[in-house]
Amino acid sequence: MVIVGGGMAGARAIIGLRAAGWDGPVTLVSEEALMPYDRPPLSKAAITSDEEPSPVILLDAGMAASLKADMRLGKPVTAIDAAGHTIRVGDETLAYHKLLLATGAKPRQLTCPGAENAITLRDFSDTVALRAKFQPGARIAIIGGGFIGLELASSATKRGCAVNLIEALPRILMRGVPQEIAAVVHARHVAAGVEMLTGTGIAALAADAVTLADGRTIAADVIIAGIGAVPETKLARDAGLELDNGIACDTHLRTSDPDIFAAGDCCSFPHPLFGNKRIRLEAWRNAQDQASVAAENMAGGSKSYTAVPWFWSDQYELSLQIAGMPGDGAEIVRRTLGPEAFLLCHRDGNGRLVGASGIGPGNSIARDVKLVEMMIAKGISPGAETLADPAVSLKSLLKG
Amino acid sequence: MAQWIEACAVGGIDEEDVMRFDHDGRTFAIYRSPDDKYYATDGLCTHEKIHLADGLVMDNIIECPKHNGRFDYRNGAAKGAPVCIDLKTYPVKVEGGKVMIDVG
Repeated sequence: MVIVGGGMAGARAIIGLRAAGWDGPVTLVSEEALMPYDRPPLSKAAITSDEEPSPVILLDAGMAASLKADMRLGKPVTAIDAAGHTIRVGDETLAYHKLLLATGAKPRQLTCPGAENAITLRDFSDTVALRAKFQPGARIAIIGGGFIGLELASSATKRGCAVNLIEALPRILMRGVPQEIAAVVHARHVAAGVEMLTGTGIAALAADAVTLADGRTIAADVIIAGIGAVPETKLARDAGLELDNGIACDTHLRTSDPDIFAAGDCCSFPHPLFGNKRIRLEAWRNAQDQASVAAENMAGGSKSYTAVPWFWSDQYELSLQIAGMPGDGAEIVRRTLGPEAFLLCHRDGNGRLVGASGIGPGNSIARDVKLVEMMIAKGISPGAETLADPAVSLKSLLKG
Repeated sequence: MAQWIEACAVGGIDEEDVMRFDHDGRTFAIYRSPDDKYYATDGLCTHEKIHLADGLVMDNIIECPKHNGRFDYRNGAAKGAPVCIDLKTYPVKVEGGKVMIDVG
C-alpha cells in the first residue's frame, strides 16, 4: 500500500489501513519534509502565539514505527505508472498494490500585473514567514474575503498590525456562508479596526502597494493572497485518471483506475445525501473521514463515504460552523441560541433539512450544529416552527 | 485525601446533558446520564484543551465541540482519534439534593 501526500488524510490513511487489518507494507511519500501535522492552526494559533510556533504533529516517528509505516519525507512523487502499478520518487521506482492520492490543494494564484508580490499560506514554513512579518504597526493587505483571509486578518490585528482586507465580491464569504452570518463576521472585523474593502477588484500589485480596480492605492508592507485553493491533480492527470473539479472518485473513493483511490482536498465524489451531486471539500474532518473510508476499501472493503460535510472557522472570540450543504437550501429557519449566538437551518424547496450554519462566541453553537448534522444524516426534517422554537430541544427532535 | 465539594443541585442538569463546573482554578465537566446518574470528569478535552461542557452528550458519550473527540464520561475512556488520552474522572455522590464531587 502506498500513500502519496503527508497531510491529515495521509496520516489517517495509515491508521485506517492498520485498523482495517492490512498487515503488509505501508509506505507514505510526501513532498514536505515534516511528519504529518495539523493545518488549521497555521492561520490562527501558530501566528498569534507568543512563543515561536512548532508544528502540531499528527503522527510522530514513534507512532509511525508502531504502525510499521515507511515514511519517505521531503520526496516529491514525479509520476504514476498505473498499468505497471508503480510510482516514481526521484531515481527510485516504488511498486504498489493499491495507491492512495492524498495530494491536497494548493493556493490559487492571482493573475494581475505584479501578482508575484503576493504571498500565500499553505504550509508550516509559510506560517513561520508570515508570523515574522506580522510586527506591530505593519501594514498588511489581504486579498480575498474567504476563511484564510479573514482568519489571517484576525490573527494580524491580534499582533498589532494594520489590516486592509480586499474582496472583489459585494460581501465577504459569498460562497457557502449565509448573508446574516457574514454580516456578523464583517462587523467584528470592523470593530477590530480592519479596513474592509468589499466589492473592489485588484488592478495591480507592487512590492509595497495594491492598486484597486477603482484606482485607489493601498500602501502595504505585506500583501497576502487568500483567493481559494485548487486541487493538486497533476499526478492524476498525467496518469490519465478522470478529473472533475479534482480527482474524480466514486462513492467508495476509488478513481477511474480500480487500484487508485483519493481522499481529502484533491478528491471529488458524488454525495448520496445530496442527490449524488459531485462535490469536493476542503475541510479537516473530511480529510480524516475520507482517508479512513478509502483505507478500508483499499484493504478490500466496500464502504461508501456518506459523512455530512462539516467545517469551522475561528476569528477573534467568534466561532462559526457549517454542516451539510446550506447552498442547497431554499429557505432559512433561524433559531436563537443566546444573546450573540444563532443557528440557521437550511431547508430545500421540499422542506428537507440540507444544512446548518451558526455563529457565536466560543463553542456556543457547536452542539446545535452537531444535532442538525445528525438530523441531516438520518433524513429527519422537522417543521420550520419546531426548528425555530428554542423551547423545543433539538435532541428530542433527533430522537423522535 | 477526599475533598467533597458541591457541584450543583440535583436536577440542575438536564438528563443526558453536561455542565461546566469551575472550582479553585480547575475546571470540571459534570454529567447526568440518560438513566439519571451523575458523573464528573476533567473539564478540558485531552486533545486541545477545549471545554467539553460545550459538547454534545449522547447516551454515555461526550463529544468535544471542536474536533469531535469522543469519551465515555463514565470511565473517561477515549473512543478513538483524534483523542488518544483518557479523561480523568472524579467520584460523585448525591447527598441532600446536592451533586457532590471529590476533587481531592
